[in-house]
Amino acid sequence: MKEHLYKYILGIADNSLILGQRLGELCGHGPSLEIDIACTNISLDLFGQTRSYYQYAAKVKGEGATEDDIAFLRREREYVNLLLVEQPNKNFAQTMARQFLFDVYHFLLLQELEKSRDLTLAAIAKKSIKEVSYHLRFSSDWIKRLGDGTEVSHQKIQEAIDALWTYTDELFHQTEADKAMIAEGIGVDLTQFKDEYFEKVAATLEEATLKVPDTKWFQKGGKQGIHTEHLGYLLSDLQYMQRTYPNMEW
Amino acid sequence: MKKKWPLWEVFVRSRNGLEHRHFGSLHAADAEMALENARDVYTRRNEGVSIWVVESKDITASNPENNGELFEPAQDKVYRHPTFYDLPDEVKHM
Repeated sequence: MKEHLYKYILGIADNSLILGQRLGELCGHGPSLEIDIACTNISLDLFGQTRSYYQYAAKVKGEGATEDDIAFLRREREYVNLLLVEQPNKNFAQTMARQFLFDVYHFLLLQELEKSRDLTLAAIAKKSIKEVSYHLRFSSDWIKRLGDGTEVSHQKIQEAIDALWTYTDELFHQTEADKAMIAEGIGVDLTQFKDEYFEKVAATLEEATLKVPDTKWFQKGGKQGIHTEHLGYLLSDLQYMQRTYPNMEW
Repeated sequence: MKKKWPLWEVFVRSRNGLEHRHFGSLHAADAEMALENARDVYTRRNEGVSIWVVESKDITASNPENNGELFEPAQDKVYRHPTFYDLPDEVKHM
């Protein structure tokens, strides 16, 4: 039970950590000052959520674990984030497509997690969902702007959606820990909003004059710790300070 | 891209009951984006409860060259300030 709960928390928290780190890479490099600040705001929201989850995970694990150990000192195979969120920024269209595909999922997940029997998780979900509502509004707006914008922006955002679509099926895979927690009334059964997810995504894509990709082959593995080649580079940035100066604090 | 985005002026009400105050300006493609950008740029430290945006070109401003005729005549008319009255102590907020 304890082991499952710990893994279940990481399964949610790692997504926020890794996506937060990706968005943080844009600090000072956004396409305009306003968008730069917007992306790093979202990054900070996600880091804030991650901290709440990791603090709880550290408590569940015991053995003197801290939120920093969990965030900074695991090996690549021990991170259980979705492959989607570790994909590189590449260009603004890809950044927004990744954000949008995750935000729709994140919102639906938190909506259910608010009803969890675990009061700590329910409280974190309740606090986070306001932030995530804004993320979703922001990324949906950009999908529409880029899709229904110029010929070039339309092409770029369509390419980004096509490229990332292969990672969307994994959002709904359920691990052993997920199943155990669903049985306890703590975890969210992801399959219950899978259809709603694809309907919502399709509705926004349609409004943006974009096509829903007809990809038939999907990537998986993030939830088992098997990642794309991009995560290692991200982690070496993320973990550098803590590994070089062990136990450092701000 | 940004070069084509027009400039917007941002007004933020910091608390209910106070007036909107000019906070600054930013670039955005349209009013909706201007609101979102204003939210991210100017209210991230809990500064506001309401935002107005208006395109800068829609503001008619006085010309600094006319400052002499517009504003200087008021400088020597101190009697227009209500400083010549004795206020009762009970009146606190003047």
